[in-house]
Order: sequence, then C-alpha cells, then structure tokens
Amino acid sequence: MGNGTSIGRVRGLGAARGGVVHHWLLQRFTSIGNLLTVLFLAVSLVLLPDYNYATMVEWIARPVPALAMILLVITTFWHARLGLQVLVEDYVHEHGNKFACIAALNLAACAGIAFGVFCIVRLALGAHA
Amino acid sequence: MANAGTKNRPLSPHLQIWKWGPHMFVSILHRVTGDGMAFAGLGVLLWWLGALAGGPASYATFQWAMSTWIGMIVLVGISWAFFSHMMSGLRHFALDVGAGFELRTNRMWSIICPILGVVLTAAFWALLLLR
Repeated sequence: MGNGTSIGRVRGLGAARGGVVHHWLLQRFTSIGNLLTVLFLAVSLVLLPDYNYATMVEWIARPVPALAMILLVITTFWHARLGLQVLVEDYVHEHGNKFACIAALNLAACAGIAFGVFCIVRLALGAHA
Repeated sequence: MANAGTKNRPLSPHLQIWKWGPHMFVSILHRVTGDGMAFAGLGVLLWWLGALAGGPASYATFQWAMSTWIGMIVLVGISWAFFSHMMSGLRHFALDVGAGFELRTNRMWSIICPILGVVLTAAFWALLLLR
C-alpha cells in the first residue's frame, strides 16, 4: 500500500489516518478548558478569606466550585496526557518502550481523573470527615 | 521508529547546533512548564483534593508541607509554570490562525510572553498575600 495522493494526505488520509488532526484539535479544546477552569481556581483563591479547612470545604462543596473543580481535573489531566504523549513520541523511539510509556500514561491519567473527581464528589455530597 | 532499515539514517541537527533566539527559548519553555505541571502541578492538585476529602488531619499535613520553604518554592513554581505556559499557549493560538509569523512580530512576542508569565505570577502572589 502506498502513501496515497498528496491531497489525500492533506485531508488526513495519509499514514496517520487523521489521528494527528484529532490529537491536535483535542490539545486546543482542552487548553481552552484549562484556561477557564484554572483561572476560576486562581480567582477563587484570591477571593477566599482564608485557607482553613472549614473555609475550603465550604467553598468546594458548593455546586459551582465543585463542578468547576471536576471539570478542571478532567481537562487538565486530559491535556497533560496529550502533551506527555508528544514527549514520549519525541524521546522514546524503541517500539516496546514507547508502547509501555503510552500505556502507563493512559492508566495514570485515568486514575488521576478518577481520584480527583471521587474526592470532589465526596466533599460535595458531605461524605468527608 | 528504530526498525533495522532506519537505524543508520542521518539524524537532523538538534539544539546544540543552532544559534539561540527567543523563539527557541519560548518553545522549550512551553514544553518544560507543561511537562513540569503535568507531574508537580497535577500531583499537588490531587494531594490537595485528597487531603480535603480525607478530613482536617490530612489537610493539616498538606498545609504544613506547603508552608515549608520547599512547599513554597513548589507552589510559586507551579503558578509561574501555569502563567508562562498560558502566555506561550495563547501565542500558539495566534500562530494557529496564521498570525504573527513576520520575523519582527514573532521575535517580539517570543520575548514578551515569558516576561508576562513572570509579571502575572508576581501579580497573583501580590494579590494572595495582600488580601
């Protein structure tokens, strides 16, 4: 099988089958998510009166901050997973090692999202100590 | 791809051969701050959330760790990485739509972005500490 025609490659029908465009777009979409949610966190930290346990829990248990923090965890981990994939692809050239790195990266990103969301949901539903 | 047939191909020149410019610096800074945050930033984020969910005792441990001088350096470092990565990321958005490729404009924004990253970090901590 050849590499297709020039216009076919441009339209995402080359060797990578369009996966590159998908990765590139997701990196942009999640970066917009990061921008909104991390700035929400930064502004919230500036506005909070103190960082005592009671103050922080009262803040993060409220619906809007809880939802914003859940979205923050998802969008930052997803963005980091995409970015670290590029790092692995740039510096890990051996097939087996690259596969192992990408597999570990996917597991770590999913675990990070699950742990973060679980913590916030517990706090939002009042299940903390 | 280290297949048998591709192993002995000539390598493209890497960092050491080029004359350094602000464009190179801001590109490398984007990767360093991004990958730095992926490990340190997301680690501290999960520690913070886990400590809150764990109760007052675990949150007290987190607060103690973050008030040591190592903790303060990590927190300031993460915030600097975020604002720097944000500025160079916004620069990428401009480049993505095809703007800012003129040599002088490109050079100017390559110099301004990391400076704005430091300025925003200083402003953020000034707001936090003066509140």
